[in-house]
Amino acid sequence: MAYGVDNSLRIEDFCKNLRVEIISMNEEDIEFDIVGIDAAIANAFRRILIAEVPTMAIEKVYIANNTSVIQDEVLAHRLGLLPIKADPRLFDYKSEEENANEKNTIVFKIDVVCTRKGERVLNSSVTSDQMKWLPEGSEMPFNTMTKFTSFGSSQKNLPGLPAEGISCQYPDIIVAKLRPGQAIELEGHAIKGSGNIHAKWSPVATARYRMLPEVNLMEDIQGKLAEELVQKCPTGVFDIEDVGTVKKAIVARPRNCTLCRECVRGTDWDKRVQLTRVKDHFIFTIESTGALRPEVLFTEAIKILNEKCHRIITELS
Amino acid sequence: MAATMELGSETDPRNATFSISDEDHTLGNSLRFVLNKDPRVAFCGYSVPHPSETRINVRVQTTGVPARDVLKDALNDLMAMNQHVSTTFNRAVETFKANQGVNELSMKSGVTSQHSGSVKKP
Repeated sequence: MAYGVDNSLRIEDFCKNLRVEIISMNEEDIEFDIVGIDAAIANAFRRILIAEVPTMAIEKVYIANNTSVIQDEVLAHRLGLLPIKADPRLFDYKSEEENANEKNTIVFKIDVVCTRKGERVLNSSVTSDQMKWLPEGSEMPFNTMTKFTSFGSSQKNLPGLPAEGISCQYPDIIVAKLRPGQAIELEGHAIKGSGNIHAKWSPVATARYRMLPEVNLMEDIQGKLAEELVQKCPTGVFDIEDVGTVKKAIVARPRNCTLCRECVRGTDWDKRVQLTRVKDHFIFTIESTGALRPEVLFTEAIKILNEKCHRIITELS
Repeated sequence: MAATMELGSETDPRNATFSISDEDHTLGNSLRFVLNKDPRVAFCGYSVPHPSETRINVRVQTTGVPARDVLKDALNDLMAMNQHVSTTFNRAVETFKANQGVNELSMKSGVTSQHSGSVKKP
């Protein structure tokens, strides 16, 4: 067996055969194809996207007043799940013992009172746009025991911050509902975390991949059978091609195939059509919750896998 | 507690079990895949001893080279593959954005493009 020579060839082959093609991309979603990697690596990227790319989410909620019917803990749980539009790469992790400062905490405040104005009721729903960002830190009154946050400087000047400041990604999420006379006054402190601790820190609505279906016609399907085949498929995978006077069935769009197996239903059809998957062609779909753009998320996931490898290499040396 | 322990290689450095903590199938399966591609590896596999503990055991048996070196090479190979995926992906994103820009420009100037984008299906 050759020692060491084959390694470099393997990487070169991999680099030659790898292909990435973006199908669609916008602020929230991306769909792209990766051809030439193995399921193990594709799955590693998917797992990292869901569980290990960090985000900011509300962890501690300091409730000064809550006279609504929503219990404190339910309200706190709902606040934790709100997606926060802040780049987690600008912030550091915060441990329990550390003080909350401008580098590891984002402070939000909700101060809503539901009132009756003649016939109308104001503030009957508390929505996520009523959650105000406090760039100077906590405004809760200090007592001698606890100092909630010690911000050295204002977060307004943080480089890389969007012009509108930090807010919830979607302004119309209903957090609680109130009736006249009820009020909610609280402060939420958001810290950096990753999805493996709690799903609120997952940066993706979901990240998924599927392998490209492969549809093979084992024999020539012509005439009436061909038309029947084109009719059977609910997603339009097959087409008729006129070869001279004969109508032949061809596989036109295997990408649309959902493997519903309608084309192999019926007598003898499973001998004519073969359904498999292309082993190294992955169609990734990443739906971001808003903290980072989906293409940035994928780049971060690759970085995290590299960091894992690097960590073990240094430990082995 | 050390994060990566090498067990079973005192007498014979060719065969070892590496117990890596704070890792799961994400790294385990990828590492096993890259190790299998190495021709110096006689046997390799990984397991998660208990699902409540974030620890993996990676077993490497080689044809003569110390197992630790083979594992390090596999990790370096995996890092090289990741790097290449990253550059290829970024290039694809740039191409897509450039094509989008061209399409928007041609739409604004009233010219209809013959094909929507230049993403070619294989």
